[in-house]
Amino acid sequence: MMSKADWATLSNNFVYSSMGIIFIAFISFAFQTAWSFRVVPQDLDTPNPKSVKYTKAGRIGIALTILGFIFLLSGVIARGVSAGRVPWGNMYEFSITGALAFLFAYLVTLRKYNVQWLGLVVTLAVLLTLGTAVTLLYVPTAPLVPALKSTWLVIHVCAAIISGGVFLLANCVAAAYLIMDRYQDEDGNEHRPNWAKQLPTLAELDQLSYRLVALVFPLWTFSVIAGAIWAEAAWGRYWGWDPKETWAFITWVAYAAYLHARVTAGWKGKRAAWLCLFAGSTFLFNYVYVNIWGAGRHTYSGL
Amino acid sequence: MSYEIKTPELGTVGLLRWLWRQLTSMRTALILLLLLGVASIPGSIIPQRNQDPTRVQQYFVNNPTLAKVFDKFSLFNLYSSTWFSAIYLLLFISLIGCVLPRTWEHFKNIRALPPQTPKNLIRLEEFRTFESRKSAAEILVIARAHFGKRRYRIRDCDASVAVEKGFIRESGNLLFHLSLIGILIGVSTGSLGGMRGSAIVNEGESFTNVATSYDSLSAGRFFKLSDFPPITLKVIKFTATYDLLTNAPLDYSLILDVTESGKSNSRRVEVKVNKPITFGSTRIYLQANGFSPKVTVRDNTGKIVLSGAIPFLPQDGNLTSIGAIKVPDLTPTQLGIVGSFLPTAERDKIRGGFSSYPEALNPRLLMAAWLGDLGLDSGVPQSVYRINTKKMDRVGLQSLAPGEVWEIPGNSNNSNNVGSITFDGVTQWVNLQIVRDPGKPFSLLGAVFALLGLLISLFARRRRIWIRTVVGENTSNSRVIVEIAGLSRSPGLAQEIDALVNVLKEKWGDDE
Repeated sequence: MMSKADWATLSNNFVYSSMGIIFIAFISFAFQTAWSFRVVPQDLDTPNPKSVKYTKAGRIGIALTILGFIFLLSGVIARGVSAGRVPWGNMYEFSITGALAFLFAYLVTLRKYNVQWLGLVVTLAVLLTLGTAVTLLYVPTAPLVPALKSTWLVIHVCAAIISGGVFLLANCVAAAYLIMDRYQDEDGNEHRPNWAKQLPTLAELDQLSYRLVALVFPLWTFSVIAGAIWAEAAWGRYWGWDPKETWAFITWVAYAAYLHARVTAGWKGKRAAWLCLFAGSTFLFNYVYVNIWGAGRHTYSGL
Repeated sequence: MSYEIKTPELGTVGLLRWLWRQLTSMRTALILLLLLGVASIPGSIIPQRNQDPTRVQQYFVNNPTLAKVFDKFSLFNLYSSTWFSAIYLLLFISLIGCVLPRTWEHFKNIRALPPQTPKNLIRLEEFRTFESRKSAAEILVIARAHFGKRRYRIRDCDASVAVEKGFIRESGNLLFHLSLIGILIGVSTGSLGGMRGSAIVNEGESFTNVATSYDSLSAGRFFKLSDFPPITLKVIKFTATYDLLTNAPLDYSLILDVTESGKSNSRRVEVKVNKPITFGSTRIYLQANGFSPKVTVRDNTGKIVLSGAIPFLPQDGNLTSIGAIKVPDLTPTQLGIVGSFLPTAERDKIRGGFSSYPEALNPRLLMAAWLGDLGLDSGVPQSVYRINTKKMDRVGLQSLAPGEVWEIPGNSNNSNNVGSITFDGVTQWVNLQIVRDPGKPFSLLGAVFALLGLLISLFARRRRIWIRTVVGENTSNSRVIVEIAGLSRSPGLAQEIDALVNVLKEKWGDDE
């Protein structure tokens, strides 16, 4: 029979191992990116030594990312077993579960769309998140304070974490859009350098970030509504403009504006992509600033 | 000679119409939406009066000039300020102006048929063409049956069929926007007809639900005093459980006896942090808790001048608490005791006295006695936890364990003892928050329908497909050329058309 402390140690080992694996995945993607400067898309159709290396590095990266995902998933589950509850009760747990959601969103998207090129950014972001989590945010497992003892914790926070993962992925795509947009001249012709030729067209990037946001915007809406229902039960009001609530509202408003902007003349394309980036940053700001430095009732970082 | 500059005559009606069109345009709505987001930022950084009035007061002390400027722009009550309300009201007017005509339009089109088959199908999306051995009529019948099963709207045209699906997408879109208005109605009903108040009650004491029982109370414009549910609550027992290793709270449980007016017998209920009790649209929440030292103050003749449990305010996780015992009825001068209460007292060189655990395992009451004028008659409201010692002299310090008595020394004018204070023991207090919100059901319903509308408007697929049959001139054995194409903004059109092609090609084994 394993004790709580054994499970916690096991969880830490899984998290550290997944960091190691994802680091190697990051290195493979870095090699791939380096080779992409010398590989043109035609090389991929007719394999040559350069393009074989390029393709192989990408495949290794993806395989390792999947392995890292499995390790992280085990780490998150072990953490939950150790605490005897859902593994999102403090900032360390939000971070590891959030990184897991982000990886999951990436791998699911990868099944349907060609987003292998995002691997470098995704693994880097996951490494930074996990690195911050284990060094700065780590707290031993502990039971929940009475305010968090509610079924809504499972629903509200889970929905928020998944939304966050997908929003950040959409952000990466929108950022790629803005970078690729610089290689387009006034007549709409694209003059991309070699490394950027592997990336999808501007229209495809725009479509992809839209789909990701449209997919998860209802989930975010649900998360806010679930939070409001919980707040009504815990604090006696469903909306009180607490800093966390305010920023969740700002994120909601910003993504709503993004969805509208894509069908409004003069706001399509570049401006919509900027809006998407802005909306994603409000989410990140809410997560980092309000949890750690902000006042209000959502101070559950455990720090 | 003078020239008249010709300006196009707009007129008042024209101007109003122009303004209305501007306000209800998508661009304006978008800008208002973003403005609302940006406008709500300061409230998350600057303390708000309705959330944390003490921090607002502190702000005025620390940055008086800045605070005055902020106050001028209502930044301490941002979310109820005129300018913030103006933004969201404009947004809602813009939304209504945009959504209502669209709803009407949508309603009129509820039975509309898809548009006629265009001349050039090849210019549309997913164009397919093949020759078929079936007759033109047969093909159209099959296509009609195929799309009928899939709940398309069907229009028969000349040698062709037009089908359309996804009308519900716009229905969802409209439902979403109309539900937002429902939420606005819920929020305003709640703030106009609702009330929110709180009261600190010691264990063993009762709370009668009338306005004067509250420590703080705020009510909406249309709230009537008769809206208070006539109940009396008696605090029977409050239990807090803590983690022995981290001292973090694990559970709070409050047992109440509730007596509804007109009924003789009471009923026993338990209130927890996430489990309030409900009376109609009024709910009662357990919001905070702390310790109340029980003291008895006697004058120098031994007469009791004050006796009871005084709520102290917790300052940290181990419930080190501060409070004030005000004795205005002592002669010749008033007595004030500035106290701290340590539930589990310990002492070290750095911190002096402190509490090491949040339960009353080794309670100590640390006191500083002050004689003079408490300033209770000055008309300025005072905190019950603090004493304004400006017009008072400190006469002594003492630490008491339960059961101990302190003879309070006199001041320089009178060296005799002024009286005594006995630390009788300790009890707990709870802060009950009582909230009435009649708008809640509207908001919830609005939110649920908004979510439903959102899901439909984002995931329902709108598409049109046309099937045309052409009896070819150069086809020898009177084969029919079938042309299919569609229009769609969402993915999946290709699969839908391929499915139809397969159905049409079935049995006869037609070739491309």
